Amino acid sequence: MYILSVNTGFALSVAAYAVGAFGSLACWQKPSLARRICCNFALTGAVLGGLISVLAILRGTPVAWSVPSGIPLFAYSFSYDALAGFFNLALAILVAAVSTYSFGYLKEFEGKRNIGLFGFLFNLLLLSLTVVFTAANAFLFLIAWEVMALAAYGLVIFYHEDRETRRAGLLYVIMAHIDAGCLLLGFALLINSTGSAEFASFRPLSAQLNGGQQTAAFVLFFLGFTIKAGVIPFHIWLPAAHPVAPSNVSALLSGIVIKTGIYGMARIFLDVLGGVPSWAGLLVLIVGVVSAVLGVLYALMEHDLKRLLAYHSIENIGIILMGLGAALIFRVAGHPTLAAVALIAAMFHTLNHAIFKCLLFLGAGSVLHSTGTRNMEEMGGLIRPMPVTAFCFLIGAVAISGLPPLNGFVSEWLTYQALLAGFGAIPGLTRILFPLAGSMLALTGALAAACFVKAFAITFLALPRGAESRNVHEAPRAMLIGMGGLTLACAVLGLGVTWFLPVFDAMTEQLLGQRVSSHLVSGHGLVLSAGVRTSGTVSPLVIAVGLLVLMLPAALLVAIGVRSFGRKRGPVWDCGLPGLSEENEYTATAFSKALRMIFAVLYKPRREIQAVFDVSPYFPKEIRFESEIEPTFEKRLYAPLQEFLFRVSSRMRTIQAGSIHAYLAYIFVTLVLLLLFGVRK
Amino acid sequence: MIEVLINSTLQLVLLLLVAPLVSGTIKTLKARLQMRRGPGILQSYRDILKLLRKGMVIPETASWIFSAAPYMVFGTATMVGLMIPMTTTHAPFSLFGGVLAVVYLLALGRFFLALGGLDTGSSFGGLGSSREMTISAIAEPAMMLAIFTVALGANSTNLSEMAKVAVGQSWRFLAPSQMLAFAALFIVLIAETGRIPVDNPATHLELTMIHEAMILEYSGPYLALIEWGASIKQLVLMTLLVNTFFPFGLSSDWTLQTIGVGLTFYLAKLLVLACLVVLVETSNAKLRLFRVPELLMVAFILGALALISTFLF
Repeated sequence: MYILSVNTGFALSVAAYAVGAFGSLACWQKPSLARRICCNFALTGAVLGGLISVLAILRGTPVAWSVPSGIPLFAYSFSYDALAGFFNLALAILVAAVSTYSFGYLKEFEGKRNIGLFGFLFNLLLLSLTVVFTAANAFLFLIAWEVMALAAYGLVIFYHEDRETRRAGLLYVIMAHIDAGCLLLGFALLINSTGSAEFASFRPLSAQLNGGQQTAAFVLFFLGFTIKAGVIPFHIWLPAAHPVAPSNVSALLSGIVIKTGIYGMARIFLDVLGGVPSWAGLLVLIVGVVSAVLGVLYALMEHDLKRLLAYHSIENIGIILMGLGAALIFRVAGHPTLAAVALIAAMFHTLNHAIFKCLLFLGAGSVLHSTGTRNMEEMGGLIRPMPVTAFCFLIGAVAISGLPPLNGFVSEWLTYQALLAGFGAIPGLTRILFPLAGSMLALTGALAAACFVKAFAITFLALPRGAESRNVHEAPRAMLIGMGGLTLACAVLGLGVTWFLPVFDAMTEQLLGQRVSSHLVSGHGLVLSAGVRTSGTVSPLVIAVGLLVLMLPAALLVAIGVRSFGRKRGPVWDCGLPGLSEENEYTATAFSKALRMIFAVLYKPRREIQAVFDVSPYFPKEIRFESEIEPTFEKRLYAPLQEFLFRVSSRMRTIQAGSIHAYLAYIFVTLVLLLLFGVRK
Repeated sequence: MIEVLINSTLQLVLLLLVAPLVSGTIKTLKARLQMRRGPGILQSYRDILKLLRKGMVIPETASWIFSAAPYMVFGTATMVGLMIPMTTTHAPFSLFGGVLAVVYLLALGRFFLALGGLDTGSSFGGLGSSREMTISAIAEPAMMLAIFTVALGANSTNLSEMAKVAVGQSWRFLAPSQMLAFAALFIVLIAETGRIPVDNPATHLELTMIHEAMILEYSGPYLALIEWGASIKQLVLMTLLVNTFFPFGLSSDWTLQTIGVGLTFYLAKLLVLACLVVLVETSNAKLRLFRVPELLMVAFILGALALISTFLF
């Protein structure tokens, strides 16, 4: 009964996406119809997919089914287990919000752009994501992975008239294929040892692989998945590609598409390979720390709102990897309960980041929709014309900064607890890394808060800085509903965390053989505790209620004061020099100046000031200010690599002289060599 | 439930009353040390009362964020105050949030205050917000490392648990790791409460100021809430220092006698720490903004050394 309903539901949800894809493509000449087909079927697919994922999580035991394809090694094998269910749930939540939002957002495209094509690529992306999270055959997984990359590429270059967009798309597609190549090699290694491409056949394998094979498999999968997740130093495509896409697509790319890398790591390292050596876990942890700190530092220097958000995705992937790395280490060290806590931290942060990053990108999309610019330096004062968008963005900003009592705080708190527990659980000097990683998480969180003070205040507060930000309007209702849903989710997942935790039980049992949610809840279901060894506790709900209660007397005092002594509006203090205007306001560049100076070693900032004057340099007519930071990774790592590739390619060109005789000779020689090999066998 | 309510009400009253007293004491002591007469230790109460009875001017450019910030500052500071043990090892809200919640709640208040600073559109507000967020960001890792050293010793991030473990080992502060952690946290205290050499709490309209620049546009009751909140935050951080490192006088029972002894010891310890703060403030000049990271780096290294020395001793 259940088996029937899980795979039927899965098929229905995939079918809804497929109908959405081909239906909107078929109706491309009727933009309004294409828009409705695209959004309605995506929404249907999401609702079905969400229901099925909840069903699968509640059920606990995996449902697997397979349809043979007739091609050797390839079969349509699916396994809908707790891990698949969890990622499908995250996908469903995001898609429900994004497709509602797109009802309004895509209206702008009508008559200007091909909505049919957009709907096709959009639904294809959702379909391939669903398959990626569910596939149980290496080739099916790789095909879905590739379709996902190509659909995302098509969406990234949707505004293809722009040169910047095309370049970003190219970079994205190159990186996506390097990562697909790594995965192909990794799977080839496993298939070579088993003679089958089914995930199920890989599981008993882990004990048989020798050290070299294990290392090679880990490195290949690690590279493949970290490139997809945008981990530093493989991140350069992410801040280029995510901002140039339409905003509803950016929300999905940063929200869930990069999480396929996290899914892959959890699936391969914890499930299929059944654990990795402890150095590998440490590597994941360290890479996570580096990504988190550098990601947020680069985000601080951005004044393109969407690029800023893209850099924060790198940061949050780093935080997720800290939890995942800790889980991998604890598992090898024989602490399955601790590993379960660390895994919950990582997976919960994955879901939370998906939700608030999606929310923030949708908010940025509304701003872009109204102002037509991504440059924060031209924004300001948007809280008045766009109050709902501003409120949603503010909640997202508080959540992503890891501030209580929202969801980002809860998952960061769990990550801290897992890291602190590592200090007591791991022998030797390596344990010092855990609290150090914790302190770097603190740095990351505080810098993220600074960055979102900047992002929110420069965009929404004070006076408009550019002409684009005057005469703007609030986003259409569909867009507000999409954002409102996610805003609510941020609050619910934070305040109601203790009721949500059992969702992780099936997953941790499947991957680590532990059900820990009941250990993590105490105090009549109000208090979240860290379980073992460290007995830290926290209750977001009590904190939220307590904050409100404590503000009451304050509000009373203010009310009495205002009633008796009045309150009025007045001009801002102008130091006695009347005529303050938006030109006197702090800008995003100015806000991050202090950090730019402090981390100058990293940024290598360069600035140029030119003053134009008539009579005396003390009375300049005009001042030009230019400031930029050095893109370290692009310049020091990728530019030499590119140069090397070009050099090798130009050498290779000599054997491709364009002479048909030479080519015939190559073919002949190749044939002879192949025949020789064939005969020898 | 009733007990928690009574406890929290008592602690709340203590918090609201002692916080301005500590600020006032520091001001007076500082004045005396500088051969001035000073305002008297009750001045902070008078300031708050006076501000509450003033009319309010709200900048024309400001939105509702500007008005929300004072409540957030006051709310988070008092909330945090309920999570920290003051006169006994038992804190009423200890179960609902440990030291991580304390640090992050303070960050929540700061987040909104920084938004309030930028909301006015005045350059001063932006300048203050930018610097406040920067300095707190680089102070955070040092603070966490030092706190982790204590928390790992107690196997808990829960402040009541940490205090109980500390009471069990009263002379623990002589251990090198504790001394180093204390030094690190003391530097963080100076930075977080905006004192010389990091910030100057007494200055106005100078380009060196940080916290005061951020709140420049606030007036009347809002300013009272912010000042009160800031003094509570200072008290909380000082309490964290005195009670986790020097748990003298803390007791785990709840009788009139233990509370009386606890309160006496608590105030005495605060006075000693206040003297230390005054000495540092009087004997140092304010650092240039870009020298502050070096000071905080020292705190970070002290914290790291504290952690490492838990292996050795």
